[in-house]
Amino acid sequence: MNILAILIPVSLILGGVGLYAFFWSIKNNQYDDPKGNAARILSDRYDDEPADE
Amino acid sequence: MNKESSSLVACPACVALPDKASPPLGPDPGKVEMRRVELMLPTVHCAACIAKVERELNNRADVFGARVNLTLKRVSITAVDHPGIEEELIAMLDQLGYPAKPLDSAVLLNSAADKAGRDLLARLGVAGFAMMNVMLLSISVWAGADGYTRDLMHWISAAIAFPAVIFASHPFYTSAWGALRRGRLNMEVPISLAIFLALGVSLFETIQGGENAYFDAALSLTFFLLIGRYLDFRTRATARSAATELAALEVQKARRETRGGEETVPLDALQEGDILLVAPGERLPADGVVIWGDSELDPSMLTGETLPQAVGKGVVVRAGMLNISGPLKIRAEGLGEETLLKQITRLVETAENARNRYTSLAEKAAQIYAPLVHLLALVAFLGWGFGTGDWRFAVNVAAAVLIITCPCALGLAVPAVLAAASGRLFAQGVLLKDGVALEKLAEIDMVVFDKTGTLTTGKPKLVNGDMISAQNRQIAVALARHSAHPLAKAIAAAFDSDLAIGEISEHPGFGTSGLLDGVAIRLGRADWCGAGAGDQTSVWLKVGEAPPVAFYFEDQLRDEAAATVAALKQAGLEVKLLSGDVPGSVEKMARAAGIDDWTASATPAEKVDALAALEQAGHKVLMVGDGLNDAAALAAAHVSISPASAVDASRSSADMIIISDNLLEVAKAREIAVASRRRILENFSIAAIYNMVSVPLALAGIATPLHAALAMSTSSIVVSLNSMRIGRMK
Repeated sequence: MNILAILIPVSLILGGVGLYAFFWSIKNNQYDDPKGNAARILSDRYDDEPADE
Repeated sequence: MNKESSSLVACPACVALPDKASPPLGPDPGKVEMRRVELMLPTVHCAACIAKVERELNNRADVFGARVNLTLKRVSITAVDHPGIEEELIAMLDQLGYPAKPLDSAVLLNSAADKAGRDLLARLGVAGFAMMNVMLLSISVWAGADGYTRDLMHWISAAIAFPAVIFASHPFYTSAWGALRRGRLNMEVPISLAIFLALGVSLFETIQGGENAYFDAALSLTFFLLIGRYLDFRTRATARSAATELAALEVQKARRETRGGEETVPLDALQEGDILLVAPGERLPADGVVIWGDSELDPSMLTGETLPQAVGKGVVVRAGMLNISGPLKIRAEGLGEETLLKQITRLVETAENARNRYTSLAEKAAQIYAPLVHLLALVAFLGWGFGTGDWRFAVNVAAAVLIITCPCALGLAVPAVLAAASGRLFAQGVLLKDGVALEKLAEIDMVVFDKTGTLTTGKPKLVNGDMISAQNRQIAVALARHSAHPLAKAIAAAFDSDLAIGEISEHPGFGTSGLLDGVAIRLGRADWCGAGAGDQTSVWLKVGEAPPVAFYFEDQLRDEAAATVAALKQAGLEVKLLSGDVPGSVEKMARAAGIDDWTASATPAEKVDALAALEQAGHKVLMVGDGLNDAAALAAAHVSISPASAVDASRSSADMIIISDNLLEVAKAREIAVASRRRILENFSIAAIYNMVSVPLALAGIATPLHAALAMSTSSIVVSLNSMRIGRMK
């Protein structure tokens, strides 16, 4: 059971990284145009970031 | 931003970096005045549309960047600021096949709603993250961990759950506290009570080394309810922003003559006796008297009448009429008194106040639900407490009852359906301003249409072309081509001509004249061409000394009007026509559209009275209208729809706006509304069935945290899936 002492913090840290990434994506306007993003992937023009608000 | 420069670079990863640093093609944004133009594009729908619109816009020399937002169906353009840029861009997009409507970017920049949305999303993320971690820890407990291991899991869960719940459920407990302080119960009260009771009981059990902890339940409750909240917010935000931004289109300003020039002033700054300038194509800003100029005024938005009125010096005119042909100067008069515009505004206000407060399905459900849940939990607590004397167990049971009955499914049932339905409507070109309107639309049993601009296109069409000699047609078209008058345009559109006419000159307010083989010809108003004015919209052609020839015009029925009426009748609804126009043309249009029950010459007040009478007779009426004279009726009706071409006042009092300019959407929107209402009720029954199964278990004291977690998740998922079926409806 000692392995838990390592695994639990590791899983929490990994989860925290995911949460941070989520916050970043909110701040970066990644959720402003879900339908457009779905359509843009079909276009061959490269599109690096959403519009700045 | 501008990607034309990027396509030269092979590797996409390299493109991302230099794009920001290197100056883009087109004008340098630092040197010239830039301006943000926001346009609504109701018809964009696919990847090819995005590519086409963005490519064409970016190819323009004066555009610095353009980006389409497919979700909101709009394009945001950064362009060089020069007068008329907006009109140019709109004309260009129209040519591409994407009719565009301007939006007010000043309103768009208001980002308070944006921030609220991100806030909710962040809370949702935290709740989801914490829920997943605590769930994982709980699985080992459910799998049979005991003793120190179980306690350790519980302690870690507590450490995650407490901060997460306090952050994530903030919207619920603040709303519950607000309601309690005013001595009321809302849906958030049982929610907050369940969440915090679950946390408290679980912490107590953890300290005591007990078996059951509900940390995961408290978090998943928060998570599911936040999803409902977020969906609700999305629906409202899109609807509200679209409505206010569209409403800001026509800026209420007037041009006032001053010593040595003119100035633009807001309407409330006008004073008695001000001299106002009105160019052709503009609406009169105030009531007054014409002091200079000749023109024709189109009163259709104000009264529903389609016959233009000829005006000259000394004629009294009303605010809201459209100036068709010549520039006018009017002296503002009677501003403080009963202008027609003021009467209409007051009618709208009275109608809005008189509207009964509608109790939505969710509110009705909450009113029954909240007291019932509290009563059940209290009964369980007292029953077990007095029955067994084990008060610790009694608190546990009460917490289990509150968690299991907590309205996860209820909180999701309505927002999920409304989000799906409003998304569906938006894709079809109907803007929903308020979710409640959808519930109301499902209840209607009668539809009342306005005529001018709603059932008809509001654009005149030549009707007696066959009765005019070929030569006269040719002459008329040759003259009409040179005029911007709507009737002249209708003539020019009806026939071809290769005649060349000399010395063409326009006489604003009267018509156009010219010379053909030495003979003077005139095309214009009846009295100017030597004919008597009739009761039909007409233009007269006079060639030399020959008697004048009349060209008669009529407003056209929309192509889809008859089909719309038929579809509504087939759905079992009564259809009426309520117009301010003269009986003759109303009857004709009613017959063509297939409406048997029509009323003509109705004033704005009479329209409101007619609707009130119908409401009194027990009907739930949908009003469809676009004119200023309909604004009050739209506000008075049970629910109302307005085309996007409607005047501001009507658009702001209507509950829904058709942006696709297709009347058939009225029938489709009602179908969707009926389907969503059915879906909401289905969802309520699903939630009720699940409660009926699990509440007895909780009351009996045999519900475990595992039961709670399973029941809560499955019911929420079933409800969401059921709601999404709206989006797939044919």
